[in-house]
Amino acid sequence: MGRKLLLENIEKPDINTIDGYLKYGGYRSLDKVLKGMSPDEVTEEVKTSGLRGRGGAGFSTGLKWTFIDKSTDKPRYLLCNADESEPGTFKDRLLMEKNPHLLIEGMILSSYALGCNTAYIYIRGEYMFILRILERAIQEAYAKGFLGKNIQSSGFNLDLYVHPGAGAYICGEETALIESLEGKRGNPRIKPPFPAVSGLWDCPTIVNNVESIAAVVPIIMMGGAEYAKIGIGRSTGTKLISASGNINNPGVYEIEMGVLVEEFIYSDEYCGGIKGGLDIKACVPGGSSVPILPKSLLFKESNGSPRLMTYESLSEGGFQTGSMLGSGGFIVYDEQQCIVRNTWNFARFYHHESCGQCSPCREGTGWMERVLHNIEYGHGKEEDIDLLWDIQRRIEGNTICPLGDAAAWPVAAAIRHFRHEFEYHVKYPHRVKDADHVYQPEMKYQTV
Amino acid sequence: MNIQFSQESMSEINRIIGHFPPIRKKSALLPVLHIVQKESGWLSPEVMDKVAEILEIKPIEVYEVATFYSMYHTKPVGKHVIEVCQTGPCMICGADKTIAYIETKLGIKVGETTADGLFTLKTVECLGACGYAPMFQIGEQYYENLTEEKIDDIIRQLSTNANNI
Repeated sequence: MGRKLLLENIEKPDINTIDGYLKYGGYRSLDKVLKGMSPDEVTEEVKTSGLRGRGGAGFSTGLKWTFIDKSTDKPRYLLCNADESEPGTFKDRLLMEKNPHLLIEGMILSSYALGCNTAYIYIRGEYMFILRILERAIQEAYAKGFLGKNIQSSGFNLDLYVHPGAGAYICGEETALIESLEGKRGNPRIKPPFPAVSGLWDCPTIVNNVESIAAVVPIIMMGGAEYAKIGIGRSTGTKLISASGNINNPGVYEIEMGVLVEEFIYSDEYCGGIKGGLDIKACVPGGSSVPILPKSLLFKESNGSPRLMTYESLSEGGFQTGSMLGSGGFIVYDEQQCIVRNTWNFARFYHHESCGQCSPCREGTGWMERVLHNIEYGHGKEEDIDLLWDIQRRIEGNTICPLGDAAAWPVAAAIRHFRHEFEYHVKYPHRVKDADHVYQPEMKYQTV
Repeated sequence: MNIQFSQESMSEINRIIGHFPPIRKKSALLPVLHIVQKESGWLSPEVMDKVAEILEIKPIEVYEVATFYSMYHTKPVGKHVIEVCQTGPCMICGADKTIAYIETKLGIKVGETTADGLFTLKTVECLGACGYAPMFQIGEQYYENLTEEKIDDIIRQLSTNANNI
């Protein structure tokens, strides 16, 4: 059993109330900070911990904090990115639903470190039921003097609000999130300037993922150096993994970085193996945006050593033989799944979610969706496979935000590793036409 | 047509406006649209114009937001909107069959509303419930690990409640 830092008390029925949270040691990190640590000391601990952004990018959280512009007298803002929308990812939801005070304590600690007196949790609109849970918990925190003016007589003030989105994957991109919080369409901004210099209402702003902010609580409690001892190399601490697909035990697991991929899939402690005793065909280890890995590359790195659940090991070999840890959205495919169908499904997702600002993404995602749809439904031509490769190559790196890359990578990886399935589809159209797909092609472009 | 929102909605709107500096009222737009959509069922041009007036912004600023985000209905919908997740992990766990089952059961296609105005069926992209697939959302409620029996129960319950009103 690995150590649990974020999910330690998640099963306690009263952990969602402030009394329960306090009973299990809650708000002790805050106490420690307010009684004897300067904001810079808090930042230093987070830097020492090696914590890397848990939303997917994996950038050092402590380092990001040091970028906040302190040369201006404008107010600074901390925004929590709770827009969790990456297909395959549902970890932040569990934390907020079951243990809202952990996030709130993390927000207070982080705001203290950054010198913010106002902070917002931007949560996806579909999670409205979690927004209500968070708002109730925030009220409790105000009532106990953990939020508001002069927190625990420390002289530190913080107001914390929850703000709903309204259905847009793109708002998980930090500058789109800021635009959305300003009451606009979620169109990402051109960087620089980075939000740390010019973010919400042109003020210095830091945007962090829910899990990153929650992790600050145990980091402060145990010390950054102690946290850094967990894990392997530059992948320190614990990580929440959302496991889904054709496995026996789907759900959210907290792992110590460095668990074997094979153990994670087959151990009863985690996924519990493939459903129905089938063989595994492939896995998307870090959310729909990261390259899919076939079974042959999943368990071993290119040098033959076992592949681990770490940032480095999962990306070993680059995109030729590796993938990414990303958001920890771990999707497992059994041997009966159709890779073409899955690729078409993801392409439709990115087409639907493209904000439309950049032509390569706006046009390219739709084009890839249509070509993939044709192949999947038996109307594909052999040259379509090379066409797809060409389109994705022209999207990647040519857009303001990473949504373009996120749309391109799954298509590239599917063709790289499963070209034979695409070829089968164009060679035997009558066979794929009659496959057990209850969905009719003419339904595809309907939206409400 | 002069739209007035209920007292309850207005006090909620004012609470949200209070989350922002006075000159940043526009920031309240997304939550305010949720509130008025809940009251009105959908966002008609009149409703959106009223929101613009309250937040002291131009109507176009409301329209462009209402049409960008997928949760806002800019056309009338049924009393209950069934939003079935159809993205990857849900698809490989049977979302297609779930959609087909609801279509047959309600006698409508995706995008349509039942004749009694009770249900609209919609497909949506990933709702963050991948481990509990197949699933759908109705209003603020998530329904997960769906089976045909569960779907029958949910639809029966919502139909009965509607008949009692």
